Amino acid sequence: MGELNRTPLYDLHVALGAKMVPFAGYDMPVQYALGVMKEHLHCRAQAGLFDVSHMGQVILRGDSYDAVARAFETLVPMDVLGLGEGRQRYGLFTNEGGGIEDDLMFANRGDHLFVVVNAACKDADIARMKSALEPAVSVEVITDRALIALQGPAAETALARMNDAVAEMTFMDVATIELAGAECWVSRSGYTGEDGYEISIPATQAEAVTKALLDMDEVEPIGLGARDSLRLEAGLCLYGNDIDATTSPIEAGLIWAIQKVRRADGDRAGGFPGADRIFGDLAEGVARKRVGLVPQGRAPMRAGTPIFASAEGGEAIGEVTSGGFGPTFEGPVAMGYVGAAQAAVGTELFGEVRGKRMPVTVAKMPLVPANFKR
Amino acid sequence: MKFTEEHEWLRVEGDLVVVGITEHASEQLGDVVFVELPEEGTEVTKDEEVCVIESVKAASDILAPLDGEIAEVNGPLVDEPGKVNDDPMEGAWFFKIKPSDLSQMDDYMDENEYKDFIG
Repeated sequence: MGELNRTPLYDLHVALGAKMVPFAGYDMPVQYALGVMKEHLHCRAQAGLFDVSHMGQVILRGDSYDAVARAFETLVPMDVLGLGEGRQRYGLFTNEGGGIEDDLMFANRGDHLFVVVNAACKDADIARMKSALEPAVSVEVITDRALIALQGPAAETALARMNDAVAEMTFMDVATIELAGAECWVSRSGYTGEDGYEISIPATQAEAVTKALLDMDEVEPIGLGARDSLRLEAGLCLYGNDIDATTSPIEAGLIWAIQKVRRADGDRAGGFPGADRIFGDLAEGVARKRVGLVPQGRAPMRAGTPIFASAEGGEAIGEVTSGGFGPTFEGPVAMGYVGAAQAAVGTELFGEVRGKRMPVTVAKMPLVPANFKR
Repeated sequence: MKFTEEHEWLRVEGDLVVVGITEHASEQLGDVVFVELPEEGTEVTKDEEVCVIESVKAASDILAPLDGEIAEVNGPLVDEPGKVNDDPMEGAWFFKIKPSDLSQMDDYMDENEYKDFIG
């Protein structure tokens, strides 16, 4: 294994006593002194600060926003052209088979499109964008900025202390906002199901902005461990676990992310990789679906747990793709894929844990209600 | 008190041996959210998996450190798995084993050896 990359906040993590682990080629904090459970609960009660600088930040520029948007629409089945200035949207890179290559956020920042992609996929994503979009659209990889997330019901109060303009933003708004003298690119979004912000900060000023937030009573640093349990309770996909190159957006329950204008009867229908399979899945239905799963006992059902329709016999009808303990849910929580016939909320199924089939119920996601500022 | 390389502690109590996991192990595991105990009366052999504990991070097995019979289990732990983090060396014992050969205890580390072992 090569040398691990470090984010601009590495020294701060170490000073805070974080336990560091390798993640997507970076040395990242998995937990701090509070531990996963308390960090999770603190984020839902107050505000949690996450370093997500390992994610890829990319700026796409062309003759105009519209020109960039039209080009980007060849890679994603989303309405990019119709996205208003100062607004952000969830997106997916699809492949020719209609599977998902990565999930991402993209924002209309006036004269350019700002894209944030997963750390583990960023090299492939950048190559994909360069190959498909250049030279008409330039693909500028941002390597001199940190990215942090401030999440939780007290996130607005905390961040507004540094600049009250952030209080005016609503869910999925983006803006350039000065924080402690740093020019920050702020979006009102996140990966926890809570209200909050994601903040791109010039690397040299990242530690100062982060420390200013951590000095506030409401704010605690949160590691990757709690980030995972928070997003799991919120029903949000982890790329590589819950969605991958073989899952179609329809199987994954991400139809909502494909705006009508890009669907089969829309004005700008298709024109993205895998449109045939995705439209076929939409029209004909799918054989498997991503669902929320609530184990009825206390034992967590982790990723890879096979799911059966009955307590004995039969072949597996699905598999857990993410599972663990939900501190806010106060019990084990999971998500995974099951056959379409078993996907209705309330369906009683069985997960095989250590050779024993344990009852698990299909449940509506999110398992913990979202708390966005619409 | 004796210690195993699996980070269990063993304490002789009359003709029984009480078994739990060490403070070090509980810190490494993180918040424990699930404990599955063996049934009282089960005959076990050394190094057999007898308990499962799961933390927010992962599942781990607890091995029987000695041959013998499970004489008693700490039932309340099932409802309060967090006690494994709060009180690993005393209140959060897992089971008491009636050993068939107490000399197997001699294989294990004393406290100083365990401290060296975990560095």
